[in-house]
Amino acid sequence: MDLNFTAEEQAFREEVRAFLSARLPAEISRKVLGGKRMEKNDFVAWQKILHQQGWGAVAWPTNYGGTGWNPVQQHIFEEECADAGAPMQLPFGLKMVAPVIMAFGNAAQQQRFLPRIIDGTDWWCQGYSEPGSGSDLASLSTRAHRVESADGDHYVVNGQKTWNTLGQYADWIFCLVRTSSEGRQQAGISFLLIDMKTPGITVRPIIMMDGEHEINEVWFEDVRVPTANLIGEENKGWTYAKFLLGHERTGIAGVGRSKRELQKLKELAKQESADGRPLIEDQRFRDRIAQVELELMALEITNLRVISAEGEKQRAPGPEASILKIKGSEIQQMLTELQMQALGHYALPYLPEALDADWKGDPMMPAYADDAASLSGHYFNYRKTSIYGGSNEIQKNIISQMILGL
Amino acid sequence: MNFNYTEEQLALQDTLRRFIAKDYAFEHRRALANSADGFDRAAWKTFADFGILALPFPEDFGGLNGNAVDTMLVMEMLGRGLALEPYVSSVVLCGGMIRDAGSQAQKEALLPAIAGGEMMLALAHHEAGGRYALDRVATTAAANGNGWQLDGAKAVVLGAPSADKFLVSARDGQGLSLFLVDAGAPGLTLRGYPTQDGARAADIKMAGVQVGPDALVGAAGDALASIERGIDYANAALCAEAVGIMSALNEITLEYLKTRKQFGQPIGKFQALQHRMADMVIATEQARSMATLAAVRADSADAAARSRAVAAAKAYVTQSARLVGQQAVQLHGGMGVVDELNVGHYFKRLTMIGLTFGDADYHLGKFSDTLLAA
Repeated sequence: MDLNFTAEEQAFREEVRAFLSARLPAEISRKVLGGKRMEKNDFVAWQKILHQQGWGAVAWPTNYGGTGWNPVQQHIFEEECADAGAPMQLPFGLKMVAPVIMAFGNAAQQQRFLPRIIDGTDWWCQGYSEPGSGSDLASLSTRAHRVESADGDHYVVNGQKTWNTLGQYADWIFCLVRTSSEGRQQAGISFLLIDMKTPGITVRPIIMMDGEHEINEVWFEDVRVPTANLIGEENKGWTYAKFLLGHERTGIAGVGRSKRELQKLKELAKQESADGRPLIEDQRFRDRIAQVELELMALEITNLRVISAEGEKQRAPGPEASILKIKGSEIQQMLTELQMQALGHYALPYLPEALDADWKGDPMMPAYADDAASLSGHYFNYRKTSIYGGSNEIQKNIISQMILGL
Repeated sequence: MNFNYTEEQLALQDTLRRFIAKDYAFEHRRALANSADGFDRAAWKTFADFGILALPFPEDFGGLNGNAVDTMLVMEMLGRGLALEPYVSSVVLCGGMIRDAGSQAQKEALLPAIAGGEMMLALAHHEAGGRYALDRVATTAAANGNGWQLDGAKAVVLGAPSADKFLVSARDGQGLSLFLVDAGAPGLTLRGYPTQDGARAADIKMAGVQVGPDALVGAAGDALASIERGIDYANAALCAEAVGIMSALNEITLEYLKTRKQFGQPIGKFQALQHRMADMVIATEQARSMATLAAVRADSADAAARSRAVAAAKAYVTQSARLVGQQAVQLHGGMGVVDELNVGHYFKRLTMIGLTFGDADYHLGKFSDTLLAA
């Protein structure tokens, strides 16, 4: 039993730190740390920098250009990236579709898609949820039927996907579609890769509570998809989808980012004054910060325990990842709530222009009023974390069934 | 970084697990709780044979040179067994304080005796009205030609009725000091009683108790740091005990959910109950992480880091224990509130752990106040 990192792990951390200090562009980290609005190119530029370093895909095996790092190294990397204010590497290509293509795709698909994911060329999005199929995902009704034609066999896809994150920038979407109505509903689902430029696809924004455009509806009207874009076998898509969900939960604890946000909360509580004293001296507020910190301390060690076990067993995290998802999302939500509350009156102004990287502040208002634009917005935005990726109630079902056998 | 026990630690864990299953069954434990001593002197002898009474002491004094992680492992098993023996007060707390602050002669006289199961100690420190604060001591020590005269009263001294000697805190001219006092010393009276969880404690009065010049433990006026360290060490051990109890309660409750039928099906099929059970599992895993942190930091030479980690762990584990204990009772329905079933007894011990050496609010406040310095 030893909670200290080894000398090699410490050296690795120093290497990551040195790299971040040299190569993470200041204008990008300023946006991340300041809670400013991120643009497509911020994500793409950072992915290209990582790829140049050979660190484009920390969780991939080396034969696909990944780092081959063990789970502890991946954890250190994520923690340092969060601390430095690096943009999150979006999971849709790297962590979600890529492992599916590696495990179930054919050689042609692997050669075609994987290099363009790791080098930042292709932006991927997810086509899972539908208006009528949220937690009950297997009930999905977007249909794909196979047609033979002179220019090669195709699927014709019709239906609607929703809660599609950042699909407005996407080059490709991976979709679960219904190819059969026979038997159990899980047995009629296929996994298709679809080019977003294909005629018949319409992306419509969904504006979230914070006023921002992060998610979309995606409509498919007679969209022709070559059968070469089918992953694995027809009607076996549910197996691949479950495999993907297991990978989605890696890193879901978000410990590195929450540690950074906790630090920010403490700084806010020192700056904001309450009745002439720093807010941190208010015992009621200080105890609430302390309570979140306890939760985060516990989660950090639970996360390390899961990671260590993964490393020893050489496997993706099992249902215990549901614990990380539930606790991780609850902590993120508590932090956004306290950050908002720390601002007092200045939690109220709605100034979406303050989310722009070049916002200079308003001479009529104190400097920290700028924070309100992001912090109150984040509070509203982060209600999503206990809903997405399998709602926390679905995670408790997973714990009940997969861990406890109820 | 690794979270594995060594082969030796696993072997000890296995030994204790088998002992608890075979020789410390619940009905046996119930009889012990109702006996005069309130615990099993034969089990204490077995503990000596296992080496766990010698665990935290240096080899020079008959010990095994174990660390707080070894103690964690032992405490988790004692928790599962709901053991009544005063292991924390005698071995972890008083033994640890003698180890850290005692003179060579005191260590030679006491540690091998504790390790061999021949002697028990209890810490007589807290006083009525002082609540959990460690520096609120009114008991006095007046120096005289023969050593010191002690006068005062101590509240809820855990393990007192079976103790051969007390470690008594008292104020002398220099500040707070610690003294070794024989249980049978003239002028010392003891009112023993069972605690809610079946263990034993006592209130103690000292009127003109005379102790010799060799009774002083550590330097005069220098006891507070020793007491803080000892209590931190004991709290880390209590966290591990609580985790052992929570694990046992989860197993018992899960089995009940799978076997108890209502409305024609096992009650574990109902989602309202499944989610409570999931919450209990999550709370226990998180508590286990914090108990591990406390154990690893308990041996730290950095007193501030040690205290901060133990406060964090005790606050968090107590909160988790409250949830797990209350829900285990709730999920057992009527059976949860009767004396016959072990569930209520686990719950009572968890609850008392939460009130021993600082409750969740006290420790949260202690941790919270470190944010002011940061």
